[in-house]
Amino acid sequence: MQQISASLKNAAKTSVWTPFNIVAGIIIAVGLVLTVIRFTGGLGAVTNLDHHTPWGLWIGFDLLCGVALAAGGYMTSAACYIFGLKRFHAAVRPAILTAFLGYALVVLALHYDVGRPWRLPYPIFYSQGTSSLLFEVALCVFLYLTVLFVEFTPAALEWLGLKRARNLVVRLVLVLTIFGVILSTLHQSSLGALYLIAPSKLHPLWYSSYLALFFFVSSMFAGLSMVIFESTLSHRFLHHKMDEHHLEQSHGVAISFARAASFIMMGYLFMQMIGLAADNDWHHLTTGWGAWYLLEMIGFVALPAFFFALGSRERNLRLIRWTALWAVLGIVFNRLNVSLVAFNWQLPADQRYFPSWMEVGITLFIVTLGVVAYRFIATRMPILYEHPDYREQQEE
Amino acid sequence: MGITRRQLFGWMAAAGAGALAPGVAKAAAGKHFSGYPESFGVLHDITHCIGCRKCEAACNEVNDLPDPDTPFDDLKVLQDKRPLSATAYTVVNRYQFESASEPVYVKTQCNHCLEPACASACFVKALRKDETGAVVYDASLCVGCRYCMIACPFQVPAYEYDKAFTPRVMKCTLCYSRIREGKLPGCVAACPKEALTFGRRDDLIKEAQRRINRNPGQYVDHIYGRFEMGGTSWLYLSPRSFSSLGMREDLGVKAAPEYTSGALAVVPMAVTAGVVLLTGIYAIARRREQIAEDERQAAVAQTRARAEEEMKQKLTEQKKAADKEREAIVNREVEKALKEAEQERAADKPAADDDSGKET
Repeated sequence: MQQISASLKNAAKTSVWTPFNIVAGIIIAVGLVLTVIRFTGGLGAVTNLDHHTPWGLWIGFDLLCGVALAAGGYMTSAACYIFGLKRFHAAVRPAILTAFLGYALVVLALHYDVGRPWRLPYPIFYSQGTSSLLFEVALCVFLYLTVLFVEFTPAALEWLGLKRARNLVVRLVLVLTIFGVILSTLHQSSLGALYLIAPSKLHPLWYSSYLALFFFVSSMFAGLSMVIFESTLSHRFLHHKMDEHHLEQSHGVAISFARAASFIMMGYLFMQMIGLAADNDWHHLTTGWGAWYLLEMIGFVALPAFFFALGSRERNLRLIRWTALWAVLGIVFNRLNVSLVAFNWQLPADQRYFPSWMEVGITLFIVTLGVVAYRFIATRMPILYEHPDYREQQEE
Repeated sequence: MGITRRQLFGWMAAAGAGALAPGVAKAAAGKHFSGYPESFGVLHDITHCIGCRKCEAACNEVNDLPDPDTPFDDLKVLQDKRPLSATAYTVVNRYQFESASEPVYVKTQCNHCLEPACASACFVKALRKDETGAVVYDASLCVGCRYCMIACPFQVPAYEYDKAFTPRVMKCTLCYSRIREGKLPGCVAACPKEALTFGRRDDLIKEAQRRINRNPGQYVDHIYGRFEMGGTSWLYLSPRSFSSLGMREDLGVKAAPEYTSGALAVVPMAVTAGVVLLTGIYAIARRREQIAEDERQAAVAQTRARAEEEMKQKLTEQKKAADKEREAIVNREVEKALKEAEQERAADKPAADDDSGKET
């Protein structure tokens, strides 16, 4: 602990003008300006959204990718607390933190995207449209964000020294985890199910009555890959914050998660094939859209799955880490394909949507907020190390 | 983790009861709904339309929409295909075919589905199917998520993207408030060529069929909107294939909610089954841990017992050995003492013998 506070003091002494801070500062400043434009000039002032494409980058990336990449939270906590795989214990807190921040930022992004954000509580508290998949999404986001917040609080409470409150929350771990896993399952799948209502707009290679299942299963390996990827970044930039326990476990976590991800990705490929067979979409594979689809399935699922398998077999951490980044990009590719590329595929090219630089700016702004918040919390609270006062109790 | 079995069952019961409450599945159960009885609709006979845009003008006026950039009597705008927009609930487009000298004009607006995709997609019930047949929008509930626009297979709802504080979804209302007053929808009242016929939907279907039967060769034998997407309140008759007039014929006859009802129906089951499954997995994992722990302890106890046994045995042996040794020592000492005593006695005796010998 002394070491940590000493290094904190050192950090405080060093200049704030680090490259990271400068870049992050610029992005946030631009983001704030764009925020003002968005909320004074309306959606039309910053976005390229139009009559045919009401959902753009903010839904395709900020919502769909944000939620998929936050799946590490439920995967890791389920593995540790429900399946009893205690050797993943050190990975739980960073994963929960990522998930919590991810979901918080998804909600923030939605405030930019919907027309009247101050009414966002309406579907839950005022007028429930229960026949809508979006209602399920809203309910799950709301409940799961709450669960993630509570799951995250022990770290904050330890930091603040509130022992009794912390111990109270820790007692809820199991029930929170079960609740969180169920909410995630529903939530991940319902994001895919959102598109079920538009079979006439989404290209048949991506539209399937199994869309909900595809989104859920792909979120599993998205979450696993994200945990590996993010731990790579933490090792690089926050190594000094990690304790023995974390360092000792992290290699095992990466290797096990890579193996699990590889296995799930293989299963996902077969599910996709069943989807093609169910709707008899094989003939689309020979078209340009088919090539794009195959690029996604082979280039961003099959190959990463193979390299995950190879990496875990040979215990090659470098390979696993690069593959994790690859798989994460694959998920982004998939979600953007469903929401933007293959959506409205029949529209003539000149009517298709492409995000404006300001939409990209807001998205970068929100991602940057997430990274800054993660760094702020991980350098202060017991995320990558165990608080010495609670080391014994962790074993429960 | 300090959780008793009783607590665990309590939570399971609570979660199960919670799952029963929402009734989400029922709301979207995909039963075929053939419209409110006696509900209204409009039959658009495309062969009668002359592209005068009077319906557009009337619509604009009735709904207090902003003035257009070019006046409604300017027919040059027909050169380009225009989509519906936040300022135009209805639009007439011209289709020119090489095989025919006369162009074909088609009016578009909300088709007022019997089971609207937009209404089933709205997560605040801002859109609903009215008993008049109109699909009605309530801006006071709308959050502005625009999922209705994603859901609509006809690309009807438009959005006021340029408004910062009060953006609305904009679409044809079928003039339902005028209908309730006993008036015709604005566009129907304004049409000079009877290309639009207002009436009960059931009657309109019969009328459309009659026109097809009476005028062989003039119409394609299909009433668009009768079955498309589960049926719409607007119906169309056309001289050519509907797809050549920008109307999709690949939408199918399933109403939009049928595509999502399955996914929604799974929800309560997934919650319940999820709780049971996950609690079960946890219980198994924990039991396994418990058994491993018990076995470990048993093994430790056994080892300890065996060690103790061995120790005891060793001790007894040692004790025995010690006893033996002690006995041996005692014996040796006794023997020694006896021997010494013997020797002493023996030493005394010869001396006496010597004496006696000398005497003889």
